Amino acid sequence: MPDERHILSLLVENKPGVLSRIAGLFSGRGFNIESLCVAETLDAGISRLTLVTKANEAVLEQIFKQLNKLVDIIKVTDFTDVPAVTREMVLIKVSAKPENRAEILRIVDIFRCKVVDVSSEHYTVEVTGDQGKMAAILDLLRPMGIKEIARTGINALSRETKGRNGGR
Amino acid sequence: MVAAEGVDTIFGFPGGAVIDLYDELARTDIRHILARHEQGAVHAADGYARVSGKVGVCLVTSGPGATNTVTGIASAYCDSIPLVVFTGQVPSHLIGNDAFQEVDIVGITRPCTKHNYLVSRVEDLAQTVREAFYLARSGRPGPVLVDLPKDVVKAVTTFKETSEKPFIRSYNPTYEPNVKQLKKVVRALVDAKRPMIFAGGGIILSKASADLTKLARRLSIPVTTSLMGLGAFPGTDPLSLGMLGMHGTYRANMSTAHCDLMLGIGVRFDDRVTGKTDTFAAQAKIIHVDIDPTSIRKNVPVWLPVVGDCRVTLEKLNALLDEEDLSEVPARREKWLAQVDEWRRAMRLAYNQKDIIKPQYVVERLHALTHGDAIISTEVGQNQMWAAQYYKFQRPNQFLTSGGLGVMGYGLPAAIGAQVAAPDRLVVDIAGDGSIQMNIQELATAVQYRLPVKVAILNNGYLGMVRQWQELFYDKRYCETCMEHAPDFVKLAEAYGALGLRATRPEEVDGVIQKALAHPGPVMMDFRVEREESVYPMVPAGAPITEMLLV
Repeated sequence: MPDERHILSLLVENKPGVLSRIAGLFSGRGFNIESLCVAETLDAGISRLTLVTKANEAVLEQIFKQLNKLVDIIKVTDFTDVPAVTREMVLIKVSAKPENRAEILRIVDIFRCKVVDVSSEHYTVEVTGDQGKMAAILDLLRPMGIKEIARTGINALSRETKGRNGGR
Repeated sequence: MVAAEGVDTIFGFPGGAVIDLYDELARTDIRHILARHEQGAVHAADGYARVSGKVGVCLVTSGPGATNTVTGIASAYCDSIPLVVFTGQVPSHLIGNDAFQEVDIVGITRPCTKHNYLVSRVEDLAQTVREAFYLARSGRPGPVLVDLPKDVVKAVTTFKETSEKPFIRSYNPTYEPNVKQLKKVVRALVDAKRPMIFAGGGIILSKASADLTKLARRLSIPVTTSLMGLGAFPGTDPLSLGMLGMHGTYRANMSTAHCDLMLGIGVRFDDRVTGKTDTFAAQAKIIHVDIDPTSIRKNVPVWLPVVGDCRVTLEKLNALLDEEDLSEVPARREKWLAQVDEWRRAMRLAYNQKDIIKPQYVVERLHALTHGDAIISTEVGQNQMWAAQYYKFQRPNQFLTSGGLGVMGYGLPAAIGAQVAAPDRLVVDIAGDGSIQMNIQELATAVQYRLPVKVAILNNGYLGMVRQWQELFYDKRYCETCMEHAPDFVKLAEAYGALGLRATRPEEVDGVIQKALAHPGPVMMDFRVEREESVYPMVPAGAPITEMLLV
């Protein structure tokens, strides 16, 4: 069984220690976490946690069941089977030498992202999009000298809200 | 408040962080059993829970008190035993300061509890305690830890008693199995030519033993059990195959390899049961019933999964079977049962009692002289396997053992807990000379509370199970398994105020057991057994379970 990438969306109790329960479950059972993104929902008592993992079918079934077994987890959805919008945001601090500045701004324009901070040495660019877009802009900016980046990890929402989780 | 959950007994050990709780406890009707080590308190609560069917409760202090409970909690978690463990914690304003006797016990026990809590406000205390007991006893039971900062328990609040089931929106165990699935199960069970049932601790926890026995007998299906399932099906029934797995019986392991249908119920297909999973029950379609969905398809592929409570499921299966014509079932099974019987006769559990006491002989004599009716606890290792093989358990909750985690030092405190729960029953801890020394201090607890537990040490001067592995797989290099020095267990028992007895020759065994059983207080029996006796059959770890070493 080959490993496949899955985006899991979890609704969890917004309580201390919940993240540690989830992280501990993954490390203790040898599951993999590629990225993790978490913040509270409209209901301050509930957080949404978006997690990307690579697993084969059997392991994914265990991940699903083990997550559901944690008392503080309210709902787990696999966005592989559900039409969903997935986005990631990355901040890129790129070296901005005078001869490169115009080119960087052109790339930023083409990719419809924006420069959110400017200094004498560098630009900080905010890019939002899918992973293909991230890879493309990182490739284009790399020759200019990327100093550091910060990625949010994938965030996702299903296209249709259904049932009682609507409004969160 | 704890009394409102039906608690009348607590096992514990006081300390600075819980001194206020103890002060309050003295003013209630709750009985407190003072252990000699916090690990002993948790194992005792575990033994108490198994025998009483109630939630076992434990109260210890912060820091080392809390960390000493971890092994006991982890054992109860593996064996799905309902416990609530209260730990003291330093005052809220000191948490995170590395204060005296501070430890993040909630962090430490996260992976070995069903759930745990740090209570930060006294207003939340009542709700938390109710949730803790509810979680511990419902669904797949397990230990729940509640960490109580000193200032929170010192604070005063009003407590309103309520009998309502606490609502936890994210927790809703499935008791009722899917009826469509059950109909398929019935069809498969009736039609199978070579079916077998593999029953485990879930049968005991859900009190489904009678329903299981009824189902097996009306369908003439042989039953094997896991270690945790011993007693779920009468060990002397002709359909009983005994235990399967690494030290399972020949007939149980052969049946597993040849059956065409296996109903696994309340089991988790542990590696000590399956051996090499690719060859486990390779000819069989596996039906797996369990209340915990994570158990299903974790270790072996399952043909028909059923999520539900074992008792509810068996009741419904029996109800569905009432509508079936079962008249042709016995004929359909004839050949299969004859084959099972052939295996039974081909290779019985056996040993050869000559001049030196055989450990198996001690267990068989214990079985005979206690009329098979004692509550047996065990330590871990050879003593545990011989107890499992040679004591024929008739009913659930008669056999207490640390099955999943395999904790040496479990048996004596568990026996104490069992004796507290059942003061009129005979409780025997079958021990090894290595294991008993891990929690031997609890003998003082037994003497203090006049709990007449009997400890039978199968004393071979070795850490016998590891020695056995060294003999078989490490060219007899007995590295650090020889217990060269041990205390004189007879004198030690006397020092604790218990009765000490010793048997060095086979003909002394009966006399020692009879004397122990007649004595009204705790007894420690030292049986000097054959030093290099091994547990057979044995399947090497990771091998197919048909590849048994047979003596």
